[in-house]
Amino acid sequence: MPIKVEPVEVNIGPQHPSTHGVFRMVAKIDGERIVDVKMVVGYLHRSMEKLAEERTFTQNIPFTDRMDYLAAMSGNLGYCLSVEKLANIEVPERAQYLRVIFGELQRVASHCMATGAFINDCGAWQTPVMWCFRDRERVLDLFEMTCGARLTTNYMRIGGVAFDIPDEFLPALEKLVNDELPKAFEEYEELIVGNEIIMMRARDVGVVTPELAINASLSGPMLRSAGIAWDIRKADPYCVYDRMKFDIPVGYNGDAYDRMTIRIEEMKQSLRIIRQAVGDLPGGAHKTDVPLAIRPPAGEAYSRVESPKGELGFYVVSDGGPAPYRWHVRAPSLINLSVLREMTVGQTIADAIVTLGSIDINVGEVDR
Amino acid sequence: MTLNALRLIPMRSLLDLITGYWWDLRDFSNLTRMIYKHLEDWGFPDWSIYVISGLIGTLGIIAFIGGVAVINIWVERRVVGRMQSRLGPNRLGPFGLLQPVADAIKLMQKEVLQPASAPGLIYTLAPIAFTVPGIAVFAVVPWGRHAVLASLDVGLLYILGMSSLAVLSVFMAGYSSNNKYSLFGAMRVIAMLVSYEIPIVAGLLGVVLFAGTMDLQGIVLFQEENWAFMVMLQPLAFLIYFFAISAELNRTPADIAEAESEIVGGYHTEYSGMKFGLFYAAELINAVSVSAIIATLFLGGWWAYKLDELVPGWMIFIGKVYGVYFLFVWTRGTLPRFRIDQLLAFAWKWLTPMAIINVVVVAAEVLAWEESGWSAGFWIPVFIAVNGALTGALIFGFVKFFAPKFQRFPTRPRFYPDIDVPSLPAVTGAEFMAKGGQA
Repeated sequence: MPIKVEPVEVNIGPQHPSTHGVFRMVAKIDGERIVDVKMVVGYLHRSMEKLAEERTFTQNIPFTDRMDYLAAMSGNLGYCLSVEKLANIEVPERAQYLRVIFGELQRVASHCMATGAFINDCGAWQTPVMWCFRDRERVLDLFEMTCGARLTTNYMRIGGVAFDIPDEFLPALEKLVNDELPKAFEEYEELIVGNEIIMMRARDVGVVTPELAINASLSGPMLRSAGIAWDIRKADPYCVYDRMKFDIPVGYNGDAYDRMTIRIEEMKQSLRIIRQAVGDLPGGAHKTDVPLAIRPPAGEAYSRVESPKGELGFYVVSDGGPAPYRWHVRAPSLINLSVLREMTVGQTIADAIVTLGSIDINVGEVDR
Repeated sequence: MTLNALRLIPMRSLLDLITGYWWDLRDFSNLTRMIYKHLEDWGFPDWSIYVISGLIGTLGIIAFIGGVAVINIWVERRVVGRMQSRLGPNRLGPFGLLQPVADAIKLMQKEVLQPASAPGLIYTLAPIAFTVPGIAVFAVVPWGRHAVLASLDVGLLYILGMSSLAVLSVFMAGYSSNNKYSLFGAMRVIAMLVSYEIPIVAGLLGVVLFAGTMDLQGIVLFQEENWAFMVMLQPLAFLIYFFAISAELNRTPADIAEAESEIVGGYHTEYSGMKFGLFYAAELINAVSVSAIIATLFLGGWWAYKLDELVPGWMIFIGKVYGVYFLFVWTRGTLPRFRIDQLLAFAWKWLTPMAIINVVVVAAEVLAWEESGWSAGFWIPVFIAVNGALTGALIFGFVKFFAPKFQRFPTRPRFYPDIDVPSLPAVTGAEFMAKGGQA
């Protein structure tokens, strides 16, 4: 009698240690090998885009904190840019520099988290994630110093930033940027980048070809790992990024290892940008006076920023009222996640987890 | 006058003061001698002496293991905490020493859930069967010159059998849980058991060939007689055994059976309450028993050159056990996990051939030793040099010729300082490398 063999269907998530939240991956598994993957999103859907139509433009800023809660500053920034574009508001120089500084600090914090969680998915027993958390905490301390919040900062405002930086901020930032973080990155290089086991686990795992990356509209480290140099900060500069000097790290093979090294290099480039921004930081007002219940003229605007996850776009339509008529968010996590099936089919379960970790999704942003 | 005063302060070691009282546990033979004497006085038959001393020894070992399991929860969490640049448990009691007690109380209070479709007997037996072998191994491990519970002639064989049993109970747990993740853990464990028993046995064969006995006390006495730890004579066997046994112990970098990030908890996904607590404690117990085996076979057990004349043997032994245990904690705190195919490939392609080469070389050495009739004083340094060189050469050669080639692409990304947006080139890695790696 022949033995009947059929693939097993396994629910990876929504309750699973490595799905980074409540993401669900229905995997058909033949032995250890994945035959098919179905993605199920929506467990964290909070209908923010609809809720925003009931609130004023200023009241919508905290929503952007809670989308990608690991990169709240980038969300704030992207949304404020779109409303400023719609209402044609000039932002003072100092505010633009502060936005760049905090945006880059947020990139460091988010990439720290992404790297640590990725190594955890590779199976390390929490050590790298704790080291990365330590450095993320240092950045969050600076956020707390400035705006009182660590995670959901709600710092940017339409027309500037909410508060000017306190006196003790710049010395602390200089210590962080010139002393603590470079040392920490050296530790990462020793512990993670040169690690043979990480290479064995992450090289040639979750490969994205350049064609697939462009066709699937990927962005951020996912796109750059495939060998395509594309960064909104260079391609469509916002704030004062056109005055900064920095390089775009680009990978070779489009695999998980490339994405990890790109994130670590991007953190170093962020420090470079912060150093330049602090050196050029002008005085003056930190925001322009904008009415709280701002009524932009009827029309539409789309603005995009390079968030740590990729291209974060905000599309706002105004009908002249105090609330947006329609608000849409182009969430990089969701779009980067869309190629998961192409990346994982044919690999083992262990590889699928590593691949998912290397995408660096944030379910808060995927589901919104 | 002065000389006399100096003579009054003799150089005393801990062992000088042994009095021969039964409570002087620096030498366990004091206690057994007392028991023997009393039983004889009270007119017990001869055989009952063995039964009663055996029972007392068993109780002592179980008490030790229980203490170790509690202490090691603290040790492991604390040491790994330091490696992770945090403090570790430090709230309950001095230095957080009462943390394991709190953990145990919490686990005991929790309800033990059992899947309705799980076969009850196997499901319940699995945690117990996982705990027993780790304790049973200690029966043949010598604690001192006169302190070994069961001096088996086939002690090493007994240990190998016992450590395989622990893996089998993991399979019991995974199979009976009726959970897909648990089944994955069980499948992985069986694959690993088949692969890793071979390098373990072949690696230990070198030790047995040198010592000429499988009795653990005999192996310690061999090391004492030849004035060399077995790890010097057999560095390759030590490395092979250390890696292979850490795979059998389910510790990183080989903890694929309970890979938390992949298959949730592996074989113990469905266990809760004190059943899970037993798995948790047994993992630490097994780690300690393996450390004890390594300390005995490779590091001289209770013997440590002249030190065992100053300090009781069992103190030296426990010190060595914790030294080896620290190595296990260290690897766990540092390394990521292998994928299962990489792990099995490592066993078959690296450890097994190395172990076989090692056995061949050791057999030739032992033959030369016996046939030549020259003294150990000549041969032991020669063997140390030869085996050290062999270890280095083998590891270097394997890394040189058999290691996976990762350096197809550089580890650092390339940089684009100024990208030209409209004519954005999509450069693939292959094209880039064909052009000589210049951005």
